[in-house]
Amino acid sequence: MNTVVETTPILSDILGSLKPEPGLKTDAFNSLEKMGLPSNKSEEYKFTPITRALEKNFNFANSNPQSELNTIDKFAIADVDAHTLVFVNGIFSETLSRYNQTDLQIKPITGLEPGFGTLADYKTDALVAWNTAAWSSGFSIEVNPNTTVNKPVVFHYIHDTTKAEVKSFIRNIIRVGKSSNLTIIEKQDTVGEQPGFSNIVTEGFVEENAALSLFSLQADNGKRFHFGQTAIMQAHSSRVNSFTLTLDGKLIRNNLQLILDGEGIESHMNGLYILHGDTIADNHTVVDHRKPNSNSNELYKGVMEDNSKGIFNGKIYVRPDAQKTNAFQSNRNILLSDGATVNTKPQLEIWADDVKCSHGCTTGQLDEEALFYLQTRGIRKETARAMMLYAFAGEVLNTIAIEPLKNYVDALISERLHKNF
Amino acid sequence: MSKDNQVLEEITSKEYEHGWTSNIEMESAPKGLNEDIVRFISAKKNEPDWLLEWRLKAYRHWTTMKEPKWPNVTYPEINYQDVIYYAAPKQKAKPKSLEEVDPELLKTFEKLGISLTEQKRLTGIAVDAVLDSVSVATTFKEKLGELGIIFCSFSEAVQEHPELVKKYLGSVVPMNDNYFAALNSAVFSDGSFCYIPKGVRCPMELSTYFRINAANTGQFERTLIVADEGSYVSYLEGCTAPQRDENQLHAAVVEIYAMKDAHVKYSTVQNWYPGDKDGKGGIYNFVTKRALCAGNHSKVSWTQVETGSSITWKYPSCILKGDYSSGEFYSVAVTNNYQQADTGTKMIHIGKHTKSRIVSKGISAGRSQNSYRGQVHVLKRAESARNFSQCDSLLMGDQCGAHTFPYIDVENNSAKVEHEATTSKIGEDQIFYCLQRGIDEESAVALIVNGYAKEVLNQLPMEFAVEAQKLLALTLEGSVG
Repeated sequence: MNTVVETTPILSDILGSLKPEPGLKTDAFNSLEKMGLPSNKSEEYKFTPITRALEKNFNFANSNPQSELNTIDKFAIADVDAHTLVFVNGIFSETLSRYNQTDLQIKPITGLEPGFGTLADYKTDALVAWNTAAWSSGFSIEVNPNTTVNKPVVFHYIHDTTKAEVKSFIRNIIRVGKSSNLTIIEKQDTVGEQPGFSNIVTEGFVEENAALSLFSLQADNGKRFHFGQTAIMQAHSSRVNSFTLTLDGKLIRNNLQLILDGEGIESHMNGLYILHGDTIADNHTVVDHRKPNSNSNELYKGVMEDNSKGIFNGKIYVRPDAQKTNAFQSNRNILLSDGATVNTKPQLEIWADDVKCSHGCTTGQLDEEALFYLQTRGIRKETARAMMLYAFAGEVLNTIAIEPLKNYVDALISERLHKNF
Repeated sequence: MSKDNQVLEEITSKEYEHGWTSNIEMESAPKGLNEDIVRFISAKKNEPDWLLEWRLKAYRHWTTMKEPKWPNVTYPEINYQDVIYYAAPKQKAKPKSLEEVDPELLKTFEKLGISLTEQKRLTGIAVDAVLDSVSVATTFKEKLGELGIIFCSFSEAVQEHPELVKKYLGSVVPMNDNYFAALNSAVFSDGSFCYIPKGVRCPMELSTYFRINAANTGQFERTLIVADEGSYVSYLEGCTAPQRDENQLHAAVVEIYAMKDAHVKYSTVQNWYPGDKDGKGGIYNFVTKRALCAGNHSKVSWTQVETGSSITWKYPSCILKGDYSSGEFYSVAVTNNYQQADTGTKMIHIGKHTKSRIVSKGISAGRSQNSYRGQVHVLKRAESARNFSQCDSLLMGDQCGAHTFPYIDVENNSAKVEHEATTSKIGEDQIFYCLQRGIDEESAVALIVNGYAKEVLNQLPMEFAVEAQKLLALTLEGSVG
């Protein structure tokens, strides 16, 4: 990555606010100091002006305000019985959380877990380096071999910005043992009017024949600036399903990286972003096929309204050993207004010959003829439009296998699209 | 059987056909690059002051620039001071007709299959031949002159049509556009100039043939095509170079300016020396090609068949400025052995109802790396813009790589942009089918590859299409099995 180093006041504020302990935190600190925050010349952040946004909205010399939040009921996902881990302003809240350890071990993160820092690369990405130097809390979730975890684990990242702006740095590590399964749901919400910045890095190891489902729900109508990096290493015959929903926020950047380090792996990455206002949502995904005979499938769909901006970058790497790989990727966008933009870059890098890889990408509008057809049947234009957008989103929505979660997401989308049929 | 093997052996070991050198007395500038060299070249060409100033400005700008590192290619650092920036066949005086041209020189082009002398016989193509840095002969000039078409070497154009050159030079590719364009602007030695007047349909294909002959030289030619209102021209470009162990630099600039209702078709068959099978030698082909569809309803289409060069870095682009203008890009890029190609296009939609179409077919074999890099940018005011892109990659062998880097940036909500890419290898069932019909594996591969590239080859003028087909087969020989 060509990061252009600029010593900006924001960088010195950030570095000044950090007092890293010796070890990995100090290494990451040095790496951040060396790289600086990404400029608009940096290829990976070309369309996402994250540094400028942070400069404008935050003062990193200040510390977080205290929160008096005592209930989060209005943010709960109805009918989903889960282990809930709640973070308020970057600090774990024991009182708001509800979990037990019957099927799995949930421990506060120490930074000494095996594999910690090996997947999220603090040497190439400044924001990962920042997280690695700055994380203050997080969890290590471990599932023993041959265990079925019935309840999903919910990471609930809440910002209480009623008094002042909030910055949070959270780090998690997940390990799903052989032939086990686990579901993780990440959710972001904000109370208050001030801006909040979250930088969350999650590393995951999915062992042989294990399955991991990851859901990320970003429907935070506060002033949320978010950077998230999720990096998962998959072993033989493992399965990973991911679903990322972005409906709101100021600037959302999701890095999702799957490393397929075994044979017979299946990976599905799904994403839906329905944006309005001046939201910028940036999904960067990487699928790295390292061994033969694996399948990956990616589907990201976006609807952009008002002055919002959708960014998609999907990389598929097929390494020389990864013969007989099937890798598919599709990114489809609808622009609804004059001010909406989309920047997409589907990228294939292939070093093996016996593979089937493809990507497709479209940008367009709602089909005038279909819209007209619905209108001739006596359906109002607004309703027809909502119907078509809902159908467009439906393809991604239907990949959610957990019924109550699907209903919850469905309700969020329907509300956004003013669906009332 | 043994005879078969022998034949096969012969073909597969067939190397670069145009690898010979000709023994022509050359006149060249000393190695290295500085303001004096720029002045030297300009003085050699007897150029007006404004052009010298322009060159110097480009040179000064170039010294402040950094070589781009973003292409997906690797090569050792180029020492720009170790290149000869000007080499020309020695001529006592400017030849008035072809009879006065050095016979050795004519022989060179005859060897390449370009008959400069046979201009009486209607081959139907007007040729401007460029050896090393200098245009040596242009054919069919008179006939074209009758129609008001100007087709001549760049230096001649500077002398005879300075107003046109001054107006359009750098109008599409500014001298400070990028590192290699700036270098070219400073030291370009010759090239072709072409002007098609209003409403004229050029009756024959115009063609430029480039050849690098001298060792250690770089070739920096500049092509400028101006198509006035309602005109049409089809332009061909071919290139070859001798086989040498060191790498040679080729940094050309092609500018096309299309006015209202003009239609320009530019086809390239690029067959620079690709280096030997261990990757030694070969041409670094760093070229800037860009067309400006300035007028409404103008159209530019690029067709390229890239088989040569050890490294290719080339993005023929279209700036669709006029309303209803359209751009097309058809490309077949074949890499074998240690060749690297990073090629593609840019379609910048500025005008309303602009259309673009991209068809790119990459074929990689041996240990080569083949990348498609393209951008489709629909600006805010480009209402109802339409783009379709398709880039397919074919992999032959497990040591090569195929990469796609498409950038799609849409700022207008009435735009329709589609992109699709696939990567695969030649199906075993396809090969099996051919074998079963008595077609041997080598021919089967050639057949399948030709079919795969057909969509692009069909865009080429007849003469070129045949050559391109042969080239494809030749480049891929020995890559099966």
